[in-house]
Amino acid sequence: MSGHTVPADFSEHMLDLDEDEDLEVFTKNTSLPDGSPLPNSPSSMVNQYRLEDDDEGKEDANTKDIFVTVDHPESQVTAIETFILYRVVTRTTRSDFDSSEYEVRRRYQDFVWLRSKLEEKHPTLIVHPLPEKFVMKGMVERFNDDFIETRRRALHRFLNKISEHPILSYSQHFQVFLTAQDLAPHRKQGPGFLSRMGETVRAVANSVRGLRSRPEEFAVMQEYVDDFSNKMCCMDKVSQRIVKEQREYVDDLKQYSPTYARWGELEEELTEPLKGVASCVVQCSKEAEEHIQHLSEVLVPALHEYVLCAETLKAVMRRRDNIQAEFEAKNEALLTRKAEQEALQEEVDVLADRMEQANNSLKGDWVRWQHSMKTDLRSAFISAAEKNVEYYEKCLAVWESFLVSQRAEASGGQEDVA
Amino acid sequence: MADSMVERGTALLRKLEINVAEAEKRTGKNTVNMQETYTVYLIEIRPAETEGGTPAAPDTLWRRYSEFELLRTYLLVTYPYIIIPPLPEKRAEFVWHKLSADNLDPDFVERRRVGLENFLLRVASHPVLSNDKIFFLFLTEEKGWRDAVLETGFQDKADSRLKSLSAMFRVKNPDKRFTALKQYSDELNSVISQLLRIRARVADRLYGVYKVHGNYGRVFSEWSAIEKEMGDGLQSAGHHMDTYAASIDDILEEEEHFADQLKEYLFYTDAVRSVCRKHELIQYELEMAAQDLAQKKQQKEELATGTMRIFSLKGMTSKLFGQESPEQKESRLAALEQSIQEGEETVKEKNTECQEFVRAAWDDIEHFKEQKDKDLREALISYAIMQISMCKKGIQVWSNAKECFSKM
Repeated sequence: MSGHTVPADFSEHMLDLDEDEDLEVFTKNTSLPDGSPLPNSPSSMVNQYRLEDDDEGKEDANTKDIFVTVDHPESQVTAIETFILYRVVTRTTRSDFDSSEYEVRRRYQDFVWLRSKLEEKHPTLIVHPLPEKFVMKGMVERFNDDFIETRRRALHRFLNKISEHPILSYSQHFQVFLTAQDLAPHRKQGPGFLSRMGETVRAVANSVRGLRSRPEEFAVMQEYVDDFSNKMCCMDKVSQRIVKEQREYVDDLKQYSPTYARWGELEEELTEPLKGVASCVVQCSKEAEEHIQHLSEVLVPALHEYVLCAETLKAVMRRRDNIQAEFEAKNEALLTRKAEQEALQEEVDVLADRMEQANNSLKGDWVRWQHSMKTDLRSAFISAAEKNVEYYEKCLAVWESFLVSQRAEASGGQEDVA
Repeated sequence: MADSMVERGTALLRKLEINVAEAEKRTGKNTVNMQETYTVYLIEIRPAETEGGTPAAPDTLWRRYSEFELLRTYLLVTYPYIIIPPLPEKRAEFVWHKLSADNLDPDFVERRRVGLENFLLRVASHPVLSNDKIFFLFLTEEKGWRDAVLETGFQDKADSRLKSLSAMFRVKNPDKRFTALKQYSDELNSVISQLLRIRARVADRLYGVYKVHGNYGRVFSEWSAIEKEMGDGLQSAGHHMDTYAASIDDILEEEEHFADQLKEYLFYTDAVRSVCRKHELIQYELEMAAQDLAQKKQQKEELATGTMRIFSLKGMTSKLFGQESPEQKESRLAALEQSIQEGEETVKEKNTECQEFVRAAWDDIEHFKEQKDKDLREALISYAIMQISMCKKGIQVWSNAKECFSKM
């Protein structure tokens, strides 16, 4: 409707905050390690506070007024279960926050709660996906260090994506998530399980009835989403395959050097060049390992994230379709039934508004999402290409210095003769 | 490598230029009258560059691999003290998956052609082997060569050579230098084999890495079709990925050449081992001859003095059945004396043979060592150059790709 950034009805949320008198807002030491006071103007925050992903929000760095990090994963053991708690630190100048700094602890389930609340409230906005619950491939242990680190990064990205979203970042649930010491009381509120069930049943029923027709631009969008999803899955698979092949390559490559070294010990004149080659291979293997590390930390997660985004997009399209279907069903009832015309008309109007708002939200967010996707993937590809160049440059240097040493040997010998 | 061999300037190479120019498939009936397909190689002989003159047309003849094998066996038998250059492998070994192990595969045939040329040049540049008449005929006489080789009667000597390679005998006073050389040769064989096995595996893996990038090319291309802004960047990046994937074929082809250089020395170790074994045999025969002579001398002494220190059947029987007559004793002494003289001749001959062998062999071994050090150092340098070339290609492709991504 109006498309402004704050949800139309937030009075209920304001009430929540006021009621939570025992809400302890925990703030860290408000000065820097060197004793100087923490800056609290947006521009100084931009300069002082280093984000993990440099490219993120660079474009609106000057307007960004909220900064979120996820770090310090810690294992928590209770009688019933073991899980990881992540530290979430928020720094902000926004006036709707009581303080400029918050530190809370959240577990994966809390993030899931936040996301489902955001989707509930904004069914046709594109809410960034969370990392997966389990990783099936390779049977990674839930508490394996690499898994935790990968997940932490993804959670960090998730919160940053939300904080950069013009609408979602002002969500009350988001604020609660970032600030409430104990999330449990907040998680109990909201539509219960049964009502959620009801929604799902309605949604399924509507989809069975089918849409009369999808507006042209959404039909185009749907097609794009399907294709995009396919491409991302392919890219994801290819990248993971490359990492796998490279790992195997490095494992075999490493076997060269002890063999060359062994040969060097057999020889006299040839000892020096053979040992040189052995050393070159060792250095190149190290570079290759670094390269693989970078790929698995940058490119693979980025592509995987967009595989999940594609699923999110599909869900958004479905929800939009359902909203349209619901309207159409009611509208049909209005046209066919003779009784209750007034009541039905009211309902139809509400649904029509809802549909229009949903469509507009999606249209707006679609542009934003595409831009964001382009930025993210471009950055990941550039980084991967740069790393490749760096890898080859380093190996080149290694072999060139070997050549130089051999040529020095050769000409040195000649000098002796002369 | 061919150039450096020609530089070494044997009389033969001063006169002639030798090439194995081509390979061709033929079919014909073999010895058991069955159809078979085989490859023949064209040997070209030209007189070496004359000043100011136009290069003359070459003399050519065709040889198949089995004839090269026959030549080599002849050389092995005729010059047992020389480390005979090896032939390229009969069957493709240490292959990685893409390379065919089929002997008729054109890449294999081509590499074999190069290897055969290399063999001929090695022989032609050898100070001793280059003067061999049969070798010369191999290069010049297509039809009559086979008969000429067989006429040398080398086959008989071949049997004794086989004996030396397979026999189990112990030498009492092994020559330390030869023992050390044999050990070195065995270890070199083992280390090069291992290196070649690793290389095959690494080549396989690297091939996989590069080729999977080809999938990027395909996906980028398909993806570019659905994007508006990113389309061009993706499309052109995709092309670079295809280039990258394709580049591995040349890279590994070059590496194959390095592997061939290693293989040559792998096979050389067999030739070295063969020389060591031959020496052992000669040494053993010398020791046996000396031992035999000593025994006979002992017998003579005992016969003369009537004592019996060494058991002999004759001695035993005479003890048991009574002394022999003086005439019998005289005749036996005379026979022994004869035998001793023959034995002394034999020992002298064997000694000379051994000394000659050792002198000639060590001459050649020093020559071989120098050649090996030089060739392998060059091979390692060219391996480094190959790696550098591969890195440069990689830098090029990925820099281009990065530019495309930047334009997305």
